[in-house]
Amino acid sequence: MTYARRAWIVLWKDAVTERRAKATLNALLFFSLLLLFVFQFTLGGDRERLVAALPGLLWLSFVLTGLVGLGRAFLVERENDCWDGLLMTAGDKSAIYLGKVAGNVILMLLVEIILLVLFAVFFNVDIGQALPPLALILPLGTVGFAAVGTLFAAMTAHVRAREILFPVLLLPVQIPVLLGAVKATEAALAGEGLGGVTHWLQLLGAADVVYVVAGLLTFDALLEG
Amino acid sequence: MNRALGWLAAVGLAGGLVMAFGVAPREITQGNVQRIMYLHVPTVLVAYLAFAVVLVASIAYLWRRSPAADRLAHASAEVGVLFTGLTIVAGAIWGKPTWGTWWTWDARLTSVAILFVMYLGYLLLRGMIEDRERAARYSAVLGIVAALDIPLVHFSVYWWRTLHQPPSLLKPGPATMSPEILAALLVNIVAFVLLYVYFVAKRATVLRREENVPA
Amino acid sequence: MTADVDLSGPLDCLLSARGLRKAYGRHLVLDGIDLDVRRGEGVAVLGANGAGKTTLLRVVATLVRPTGGRVFVAGTDATRDPESARRQLGFLGHGSWLYEDLTALENLRFWATLGGHTSKASALRGALGAVDLDRWSEERVRTFSAGMRRRLALARLVLARPRVLLLDEPFTGLDQQGAKWLEEHLEGFKSEGGALVMSTHSFGRGFGVADRAVILVDGRLAADVAVAPLGVEGVRRLYDLAVEDGA
Repeated sequence: MTYARRAWIVLWKDAVTERRAKATLNALLFFSLLLLFVFQFTLGGDRERLVAALPGLLWLSFVLTGLVGLGRAFLVERENDCWDGLLMTAGDKSAIYLGKVAGNVILMLLVEIILLVLFAVFFNVDIGQALPPLALILPLGTVGFAAVGTLFAAMTAHVRAREILFPVLLLPVQIPVLLGAVKATEAALAGEGLGGVTHWLQLLGAADVVYVVAGLLTFDALLEG
Repeated sequence: MNRALGWLAAVGLAGGLVMAFGVAPREITQGNVQRIMYLHVPTVLVAYLAFAVVLVASIAYLWRRSPAADRLAHASAEVGVLFTGLTIVAGAIWGKPTWGTWWTWDARLTSVAILFVMYLGYLLLRGMIEDRERAARYSAVLGIVAALDIPLVHFSVYWWRTLHQPPSLLKPGPATMSPEILAALLVNIVAFVLLYVYFVAKRATVLRREENVPA
Repeated sequence: MTADVDLSGPLDCLLSARGLRKAYGRHLVLDGIDLDVRRGEGVAVLGANGAGKTTLLRVVATLVRPTGGRVFVAGTDATRDPESARRQLGFLGHGSWLYEDLTALENLRFWATLGGHTSKASALRGALGAVDLDRWSEERVRTFSAGMRRRLALARLVLARPRVLLLDEPFTGLDQQGAKWLEEHLEGFKSEGGALVMSTHSFGRGFGVADRAVILVDGRLAADVAVAPLGVEGVRRLYDLAVEDGA
């Protein structure tokens, strides 16, 4: 059970650091609130149009916020050479990856839920009956995004032009997840339930498994100096 | 060795051109423009081949840390991006007279465009890391993730374009092909595969020479 | 490459390097280093800034893969199997491996758990006591001085109990008391059978910990001498000569 403990301690460390520094979560929430405003201004005041585009706008916000948040996932490790420390600890390094992904998923879900509520409030949309299906769709999409995002964040942490390289690498790879999540969200918000989109949910599930396994197997190679 | 490959590829291409223009029949509705299929289809198949090779070479590199595997991955990615670009251009040239537009968001073109961007990112990553060993390791990871993503891209884009039905087909394609068309297609596919091998071999050799220049 | 010679060094060697080379692109930083460190022995690595001292330590620590050559830690081939070697290695570099927003105790808890060592509160407090930081166990590291950070980093190593310690300029930035304290601690480590490699560019504080000195010039070892017969002054003169020659 040491593996689980080690993954957990990474999650714990990130959570405590985040709670004390309060940097990331607050900034992400503020950023997503601003996105809301930007959508309102750029897409015009036509409520019908905005509501029709809501699934896409939601996931667009999640992705943009995720890009900002995930890109910073390993920044704290660069201080004081903690990265070296992570590399030098004996034992399976994939536990570190797992802990990081878990932390990022939780962080992103928090932001997404708040954003969802804000969207509902600001655009006056009733999402009540969509909540149960969304409770499945949001985690499915977020895990896929966080799994690859965490891996690529580790990859770009030590590379020049990290801020531009990270989104450039992540976005194309995430298109399947994005498509699946948006399509499923469309069905959920339209009140159709998940029956018609099971193939999308299966795609999301498959993507999640593929990405997490790939991350577990390759993270080790990224840690080395 | 490289020369022999080069000649072989040239012969293959010549044969392919002959088949495409001489032997294959003129398409009824589209006219001669349809002949670009003999370029478009082989290039996309070869692109997939190239990225499959990147996958295998990347796994081999992470497992054995062999510089040869890394050079193969690098070269194959470059040639793959080249062929993907060619596919898109050919698709556009085909599309303009046929459907009246340079670009459509049809499933195949969109998938190919996503592939193009993914592996362009691969080359970009390589370009941004100076340490050769780190570049090899990081791009190997990216090469693996990108390749694993290809089927996911396929399905998601195809379902996105066809409304309401979850299909069981892998890929849309022409239902029937006359033997002449099939033959012309096959010859061109072989020709382009040879061209791919030639390019990759040449590129890998150049990469090896670049590595051997140090202090 | 010579065939199948036993490269693991004499039996009481905890650390052996053979033909270590490291190139960054076209720049060759280490050009064939051989080094043996025995149980209970302390080796000082001397060299001008940029001579490759840090690189050498990092390669030996398995933080960086060598371009050529091998490293053996307690008999294990660290180049082939870095994971096993890492269990025996402790590294103290310029960075302290500390998370600024965590307390001293929390930092120790993190590293101990991650490394699979005991993380019971009593053990952690014991380690803090050993480095005289128990009064600050609940303080955030952000408030610590350089000397305190160094001590906390050592507490981390105390918990990990490595057999080989690799230290990159450990006495730099320490005040008199801190240096004295570190010196005592390292002597204790050696007397328990640990092997120690320490890079330094000063002959003052802490040099007493070194039983041997090696001088790194242009990626090669220009000298490998015992300190006692020459004395610190003798080593210093040798160093000046070696560096002049290489320049």
